Amino acid sequence: MTIFVDIGSLDDVPAQGARVVRTAQGCVAVFRTADDRVFALEDRCSHKGGPLSEGIVHGTFVTCPLHNWVFDMNTGQAQGADEGRVRTFAAKVQEGRILIEATLLRRSAA
Amino acid sequence: MKKKLVVIGAGMASGRMLEHLLGAAPDIFDVTLFNAESRGNYDRLMLSPVLSGEKTYEQIVTHDDAWYAAHNVDCRFGEAVVRIDRKNRVVYSNSGGAPYDALVIATGSAPFIIPVPGRDLHGVVTYRDLEDTRAMMDTRGKDAVVIGGGLLGLEAAAGMAARGARVTVVHLMGHLMERQLDPAAGYLLQKDLERRGITVHCKGATKAILGTDRAEAVLLEDGAVHPADLVCMAVGIRPETRLAVDAHLEVERGIVVDDAMRTSDPHIFALGECVEHRGQVFGLVAPLYDQARVLARTLLDQDAAFVPVQTATKLKVTGCDLFSAGDFADAPGREDIVFRDPGRGIYKRLVLEGDRIVGVVMYGDTADGAWFHGLMKDGTDIGPMRDRLIFGPAFQGGGAPDPVAAVAALPPEAEICGCNGVSKGTIMNAAMGGACTLDQMRACTKASASCGTCTGLVQQVMALALGDAVQDAPMGMCRCTDHSHEDLRRLIRAMGLKSIPAVMQELGWKTVGGCHSCRPALNYYLLAEYPLEYRDDRQSRFVNERNHANIQKDGTYSVVPRMWGGVTTPAELRAIADAAEKYGVPMVKVTGGQRIDLLGVRKEDLPHMWADLNAAGMVSGAAYSKGLRTVKTCVGQEFCRVGTQDSTGLGIKLEKLMWGSWTPHKLKLGVSGCPRNCAEATCKDIGVVCVDSGYNIVIGGAAGMEVRETVPLASTPSEDEAIQIILAVTQLYRENARYLDRIWKWMDKVGLGWIKAQVVDDMENRRALVERFEISQSVYRRDPWADLSTPSETPKWAPLADLTLEAAE
Repeated sequence: MTIFVDIGSLDDVPAQGARVVRTAQGCVAVFRTADDRVFALEDRCSHKGGPLSEGIVHGTFVTCPLHNWVFDMNTGQAQGADEGRVRTFAAKVQEGRILIEATLLRRSAA
Repeated sequence: MKKKLVVIGAGMASGRMLEHLLGAAPDIFDVTLFNAESRGNYDRLMLSPVLSGEKTYEQIVTHDDAWYAAHNVDCRFGEAVVRIDRKNRVVYSNSGGAPYDALVIATGSAPFIIPVPGRDLHGVVTYRDLEDTRAMMDTRGKDAVVIGGGLLGLEAAAGMAARGARVTVVHLMGHLMERQLDPAAGYLLQKDLERRGITVHCKGATKAILGTDRAEAVLLEDGAVHPADLVCMAVGIRPETRLAVDAHLEVERGIVVDDAMRTSDPHIFALGECVEHRGQVFGLVAPLYDQARVLARTLLDQDAAFVPVQTATKLKVTGCDLFSAGDFADAPGREDIVFRDPGRGIYKRLVLEGDRIVGVVMYGDTADGAWFHGLMKDGTDIGPMRDRLIFGPAFQGGGAPDPVAAVAALPPEAEICGCNGVSKGTIMNAAMGGACTLDQMRACTKASASCGTCTGLVQQVMALALGDAVQDAPMGMCRCTDHSHEDLRRLIRAMGLKSIPAVMQELGWKTVGGCHSCRPALNYYLLAEYPLEYRDDRQSRFVNERNHANIQKDGTYSVVPRMWGGVTTPAELRAIADAAEKYGVPMVKVTGGQRIDLLGVRKEDLPHMWADLNAAGMVSGAAYSKGLRTVKTCVGQEFCRVGTQDSTGLGIKLEKLMWGSWTPHKLKLGVSGCPRNCAEATCKDIGVVCVDSGYNIVIGGAAGMEVRETVPLASTPSEDEAIQIILAVTQLYRENARYLDRIWKWMDKVGLGWIKAQVVDDMENRRALVERFEISQSVYRRDPWADLSTPSETPKWAPLADLTLEAAE
């Protein structure tokens, strides 16, 4: 069973926007969709390392701000002709709080 | 030898049956047609328009004497049939008999008369035939009471009101038309009727009709008295079955018929409102017409079976738009989708059972009624479109979004071609008149013949008129929509769409939430169109415009404070130097736009640095924006030995007027003090080259991927006029260019001549453009750095959480 850790209020993240969480495994982008779902992705585009947290969020997709790669936040998979994948982490909203998987507290992904 | 067919009742059902029968086989039957009314068949549904004066009786006759004569129908009008002799197969009226081989009973229905005292008084009518209608037409200036707030009663009430009567509707139930409408729609209907001066009394049970010789008033159980020179009882109908009962045919609520419309006597048939088929009786016209078709085949010994279909109701009261079909009572397992817009009097309700529509109620806007009704009749699985279902066929995305639907919804007077003032109606007419290619359309209406940006819309209007005859559909602006940029701007304007979700909803976006391509464009179009109402959507902006700094390849940012006209002071330079040291800026660089760039700033430091720069009097240089960037100047006459005007001063004035404005793409200006052009004004979007006699304004330059020299726009001796022209052309560009088109690109599309005509020659238009620019600037001429470095905003620039610290604990 996934153990979750509280990282903040849903209100702290703008709808169709993101905030960054620093973790021992690097920065994680926490996204909030227009319909208040949350997704947590590695904040590093698989193309040139751009900060996905600064991308435009549309539906459950995010477009990297550097070169417009589009990622499906459900899977972390790059869309269209681009090939690549970013790591995704379990995230959910519970009583207005955002929870992400506690494995991010650990130093390595193992 | 022909067979003898006798028909009792010349109503709409038997009329339609005779048409089918005599059309298919004119020589098989001798037809005798009895009718108690002393006339032939007319369209009873149209009695209401006759009552209200919108039609005459002559206009609603469906079968005239000539028709009956041509078909050799022996008409016995005004002769009521009194008896059927089944044994000898003869029907009798008071004036004689008629033998039959086949008999059709089509006696219709009789109005229900409520058994209250006074019901027989003169002035009490029902609403069934032309005599009733004529009585009600004669009520101008009189008091009338309609008992019954159903379909028929309301049409009677509205008709008499239109004739100038003071009308009260008394209705037993809690709301009007309770069999077709739910309470909410009934309420809207009541409001509409009350606006026409009709008094509505719901929960009113009639106790008596008062009067000595004739009706004078209606008394209700609750004690209310409504004056009445005329009382119309419209509480319902029942099948007229007396003849059939007397003839010992099988009769339940109506005359019982089988699927072939045959009664319990194999030689006798029945159809219309007098019959009962599988336990059901009928009051609406559509199933009666189906019965007519079936019976005609039966009489010709052809197989046919009547299958009742669900029918819909529309109220024929001009101005009351109402649609109802199916079953909408609350029941376990049923769910509702409801759309309400009380301000416009619009109400739509779909009743679902599982993934099927079982009931539809619409009020105020019933355009999609037929579509919903079709889904209901076909039992279509609406699961996949449930979230957009209520908005109707125009907004069903996914499978087949229809860009033409939005165009179809525009009124005929909507302007499609702005250059030549061509309306949708003109284009439709030209298309119908034979203009089926774009060239022909341009030749005969001039639509899209000037700047051409409306080409897509013109093609869509043509497609609307001509179907598939039009080719080369316009390219959508991105994969989320089939609308082009230009179409979207026009539709946003024409349809008054004021938010990104509204645009996506109304124009049938194919994706949820758009994409990185359409969202910034829509955001720009909306803020340019509605500067005072629209609130800029930061989340629909590229990172640089959202964060008011330029993102670099490593995720850090560059910060460029504004230096008005490229002029700075020692104090500003000190503040910049201090900021560079305080935040460990790795590189300080002079830009091409005469200012200083601080590169490599971390995101969380941005608001702090901005606050420091604000404190020294500096604002954002917007070096990141699709908006006014820099106004590059030379030193001009103040210092330069060849300078002709105060180019630096003019540059600063322009920058102070224009800073903060958003434009379709970046906007760079230059002001040179003499033709030597040290400020390189002739490769800017807008440039000024000063000469001894004044100011030469040039536009359309670029020195990026595309290198372009400007072209002259105007010359003026007056600095003020130069400024006005520059503001006007900027606003023209803001209002008309496609998002991400620089001025040169826009100019290539619309032509320099058009731009000149708008801002140079047409003084009135120039003033209006400047005024609109100023309105927009009243909102946007403010420093985003100051807004985003407040104590409440500053924390949002830092990470939401730092789990590396927690891990250490």
